[in-house]
Amino acid sequence: MLADKDRIFLNLYGAHGADLASAKARGAWNGTADMIGAGRDWIIAQVKESGLRGRGGAGFPTGLKWSFMPKQVTDRPHYLVVNADESEPGTCKDRDIMRHDPHLLIEGCLVASFAMQAHACYIYVRGEYVAEREALEKAIREAYEARLIGKGNIHGWDFDCYVHHGAGAYICGEETALLESLEGKKGQPRLKPPFPANSGLYGCPTTVNNVESIAVAPTIIRRGAKWFAGIGRPNNTGTKVFCISGHVNRPCNVEEAMSIPLRTLLEEHCGGVIGGWGNLKAVIPGGSSVRMITAAMAEEALMDFDSLSAMKSGLGTAAVIVMDQSTDVVRAIARIAYFYKHESCGQCTPCREGTGWMWRVLERMARGEAEHREIDLLLDVAGQVEGHTICALGDAAAWPVQGLIRHFRHEIEERIDRYRSAKGVHQVKLVAAE
Amino acid sequence: MSVRRLSPDQPASFTFRPDVLETAHWWCAKYPTERKQSAIIPLLWLVQKQEGWVSEPAIRALADMLEMPVIRVLEVATFYTMFHLAPVGKHHFQLCGTTPCVLRGADDLKKVCRKRIGEKFAVTADGLFSWEEVECLGACVNAPVVAIDDLYHEDLSPDDLEKVIDALARGEAITPGSARGRQTSAPDGGARTLTDPTLYDGSLATPLTLPNLPETAP
Repeated sequence: MLADKDRIFLNLYGAHGADLASAKARGAWNGTADMIGAGRDWIIAQVKESGLRGRGGAGFPTGLKWSFMPKQVTDRPHYLVVNADESEPGTCKDRDIMRHDPHLLIEGCLVASFAMQAHACYIYVRGEYVAEREALEKAIREAYEARLIGKGNIHGWDFDCYVHHGAGAYICGEETALLESLEGKKGQPRLKPPFPANSGLYGCPTTVNNVESIAVAPTIIRRGAKWFAGIGRPNNTGTKVFCISGHVNRPCNVEEAMSIPLRTLLEEHCGGVIGGWGNLKAVIPGGSSVRMITAAMAEEALMDFDSLSAMKSGLGTAAVIVMDQSTDVVRAIARIAYFYKHESCGQCTPCREGTGWMWRVLERMARGEAEHREIDLLLDVAGQVEGHTICALGDAAAWPVQGLIRHFRHEIEERIDRYRSAKGVHQVKLVAAE
Repeated sequence: MSVRRLSPDQPASFTFRPDVLETAHWWCAKYPTERKQSAIIPLLWLVQKQEGWVSEPAIRALADMLEMPVIRVLEVATFYTMFHLAPVGKHHFQLCGTTPCVLRGADDLKKVCRKRIGEKFAVTADGLFSWEEVECLGACVNAPVVAIDDLYHEDLSPDDLEKVIDALARGEAITPGSARGRQTSAPDGGARTLTDPTLYDGSLATPLTLPNLPETAP
């Protein structure tokens, strides 16, 4: 288990004050001026050396992303945009950072903005997080009053930090959709290239980072890249806030070392699976977008990017959704399919039509009212949505369906058989189109 | 996608209350002057907080205020599902119906809403209540969750939700947070981590020398 002294978010549960004085006592804003004084190349080198990979789901190396920004500022200003549109089912880590440790985030915004020569940063908070947004606004006011940020602040880098909010669209968690939304439009993803580092917010060079990626940066620099890189496995370094929900005895958020075995995570921190480990049926290890794994795989899984992708799943946002034997997995995935149908922005045909199609077929399969051959048809359609859309929402909608069929095909088949024998039917009405 | 249309019954006009208008200007000041349009979501939200919902006259007023074509505001108002395009109850419940909440009993909460309030988006006769099923609210370790008047009520049992509805019906204030007294997202029974007192005694605030600093700072 990770020692308390190696945790970054010391107020994860809000047991202590979120105000500036309390945050400073916990080490926030300590040595910030020295970081700025050491120069932007040094900061980026430290973040690269720490091995920090983006915490928003895709796991792209954060230091490398920062280095993509133009080296010289021309007539277009640079922007940092923080993605706090946390809406991936299962994920609730950024919420705790914003309401309980906001100063780590603000400090991270300053350091990252300086490293990328940005004088302004927008934090895009999801619309539903009303209380969290107010907590963050309060912390930013404190930081301005203490002249930690703002024009002519004590760190010598003019920097404004603004909170913006959305209004209930999952797609705005996709970086270019977020930028569209921040510009006051519908949140529909943009084609890449141009990448945001060249043409992002208002057509200016922009970097979009997840809340957790930004909030851990100052502490990494304070404690040294080697310290962070020494936790977890190579290529999967550092600490991570895990959100464990579903059928465990004590669901919670907890900051742990990367590469912790999934079983250890559940048993040490969550009191184990309800009814014991033997009662486990499946786990979605990284938020609803990744493919589920079975209980046998969960026994072996390490909670990091490489171990889970070797299992054809993924770490995603490290939101672990645990399902015990009582779970109707077909219905659980059908509900996730509805989520993607609801949240598709409608821009690309494969996603707009495919997500609804998959949901309607899965709803029938959950009742057993389907044909055996439709399972392969569903898999085929999922494959046609995956990779054929502007953004990754199409992939995210296809993967849970693929995971279900890969591991629980027998359940769908049994259900179809049961439905038929109960009703005495051999041909069901196939409804997929509206 | 969800298909959303404006209500057929619209008021004649819309104006911001003076105090809300002040907040609206505070929002507009966050963006570059030639990028006023960026404030549209926060301003629509202010409209909804003032009126309870977003009406067509309000959409036109915002288009004038931010110098945008009306269709662009309409697009935003219909795209983002938190904007109510028709009146809702005084207390509006957003019940999370996504898988992590369903695993912890959200379906039973839905039954309570149906029984006590009615169908989705129907407003009770006294105008007090309405509810909708929303997609993930982002508080999954505290599932099941219902956001009531924007604040999260967590770890709810059907009984807890009934009690909340009773209290609101009596005009009492309700307390957001975990219904069974959990400390935010900590495990039941209290946090088992972050118990080391030396983290909170101020020792972390002592001035430090950053590791790996370059020999001479540029």
